[in-house]
Amino acid sequence: MSTVTPQLDLTPEEMAALKAKTSLAGRAAINAKKKLTSPWASFAAVVLAVLWTIPTFGLLVTSFRPEKAIKTTGWWTFFSNPEVTLENYKTVLSTEGSAGLGGYVINSFVIVIPAVIIPICLAIMAAYAFAWIDFRGRNTLFVAVFALQIVPIQVTLIPLLTLFVDAGIPPFWRIWLSHSTFALPLAIFLLHNFMKEIPKELIEAARVDGAGHVKILFRVLLPLMVPALAAFGIFQFLWVWNDLLVALTFAGDANASPITVGLANLSGTRDNAWQLLSAGAFVAIIVPVAVFITLQRFFVRGLLAGSVKG
Amino acid sequence: MALAILIFVAVVGVILFIAGRSERKGSSRVAFLFLLPTGVMLTIGLLYPAVRTMYYSFFNAAGDAFIGVGNYQTIFGSAEQLTVLRNTALWVLLTPFLATAIGLLYAILVDGARGEALSKALIFLPMSISFVAASIIWKFMYAFRPDQGNINQIGLLNQILVWIGLPPQQFLINTPWNTFFLIAVMIWIQAGFAMTILSASIKAIPDDVIEAARLDGVNPVEMFRYVTLPAIRPSVVVVLSTIAIGTLKVFDVVRTMTGGQFDTSVVANEFYSQSFRSDNQGLGAALAVLLFVLVIPIVVYNVHQLRASEAR
Repeated sequence: MSTVTPQLDLTPEEMAALKAKTSLAGRAAINAKKKLTSPWASFAAVVLAVLWTIPTFGLLVTSFRPEKAIKTTGWWTFFSNPEVTLENYKTVLSTEGSAGLGGYVINSFVIVIPAVIIPICLAIMAAYAFAWIDFRGRNTLFVAVFALQIVPIQVTLIPLLTLFVDAGIPPFWRIWLSHSTFALPLAIFLLHNFMKEIPKELIEAARVDGAGHVKILFRVLLPLMVPALAAFGIFQFLWVWNDLLVALTFAGDANASPITVGLANLSGTRDNAWQLLSAGAFVAIIVPVAVFITLQRFFVRGLLAGSVKG
Repeated sequence: MALAILIFVAVVGVILFIAGRSERKGSSRVAFLFLLPTGVMLTIGLLYPAVRTMYYSFFNAAGDAFIGVGNYQTIFGSAEQLTVLRNTALWVLLTPFLATAIGLLYAILVDGARGEALSKALIFLPMSISFVAASIIWKFMYAFRPDQGNINQIGLLNQILVWIGLPPQQFLINTPWNTFFLIAVMIWIQAGFAMTILSASIKAIPDDVIEAARLDGVNPVEMFRYVTLPAIRPSVVVVLSTIAIGTLKVFDVVRTMTGGQFDTSVVANEFYSQSFRSDNQGLGAALAVLLFVLVIPIVVYNVHQLRASEAR
């Protein structure tokens, strides 16, 4: 699945290198094409880019305006009459009061770290078993795990909640365990595909040297798997960070709810409190955007790979 | 959190330790140990609940009396639920095609242009943020103030209407148009996904093919129709079906923007409302099963296409 589009995530440097490599004729053709379509194409591209950016930009500007200004004038008047305040962010980041989302942000981090680490560790072991250990029924079992990817999480929520409540499992554990479970089929599938690409000779050489499966996994495979782990890890991080449904179902109350729940509640109860909603939205956005900007190449790869996840 | 990770690491450590010791007793024993935690979690966390939900979809609201296909009759029979189905159909038909069309257009427009990376990042950014945050961004775009005296509009779209001399609209309340304004949010989110994947597959078209076509003197429209589109067709199908699956399960956008009121609910949102708000367990289960059944054909098709495009 990760190989649909091989040139997916080139960095600017790689792009430059690639361009330098293309033949002179090829470049001439590209230049000719540019000349042919340039003015209208550029114009249309700019229009689309502006359309796509304005909504976010408007809310960003709003988050820095004082409450009274937000409620009486449009954010576009900011440029003729700039008033800046950090008050909205102070209110939203505090852990007190009905509008304080600080606690929710902390919960988001508490939720996301184990919810990324647990499925990765379990999936590494399972993927290794599927890729490099011969046992009866291996293929059938692997196809079964792969097929589980398509189960929509909605189908599992209520019985799972009943199970958790009956077993007396605390809210954070419910969220960690359910996110981990839902992530396993995809994680195993991805890591298995990656492990399969590692040359057989490498594994066999290690076997001849007397290394067991556990040793091969840790000494030989794991160091080679960093890109695959990063791709899945980032995908899972963003999935969990941005999730609303699992958190709403299992968190129970505010003590374990992440920022998405806090924000959704605020939007439901204080529909017109734009000074809080705007700042709150940007508090929630800043983490995934930072991840996206710094780890763009892994991000897109992981996103693509997880495209059918439930 | 630290405790959770510690407990978990201890469990993995014990498994690895036992696995290491049982190496000599045969490989399948190691495989069993490696698959044990995954097997337990998938069985308890996915298989059992899914089967149980299917079972409960044939029971009444409280889950204590068998009512056959009654819940499914409600879904396909009551006016309220039919609106939900109609909305879901609109979402699933409009979102993939419009998002893909816009993504493809943009990918072609910026291909090879100066500042390509930045212009792509701008379109892609909505994809990385949560549906909740995206909904709030758009709720503000749609914000409505009564049209009287000296009250200023604070939502950009209504201000534009006022500027061109039209009365401001309650975008999220006026049916049936409000569903389309919700769909616009999803298109805004998904276009970046379509753009990224299609852009990559456009770049994968060999230079000599494009060059040959150009030597034959094709114009840009013909180039798109006869060279680009056939070459990227598999990716287009994958993008369409992927967005369709995501759209079927969309719940956050509807819940955050309207809460499913004003005739905007969709299956995924209705599932949540029925299960957790109205305490109608049976109907909620039936809606979840419906979602499952609707997803299967698209996923099967998607996987099939992925295989086909990988084989190329």
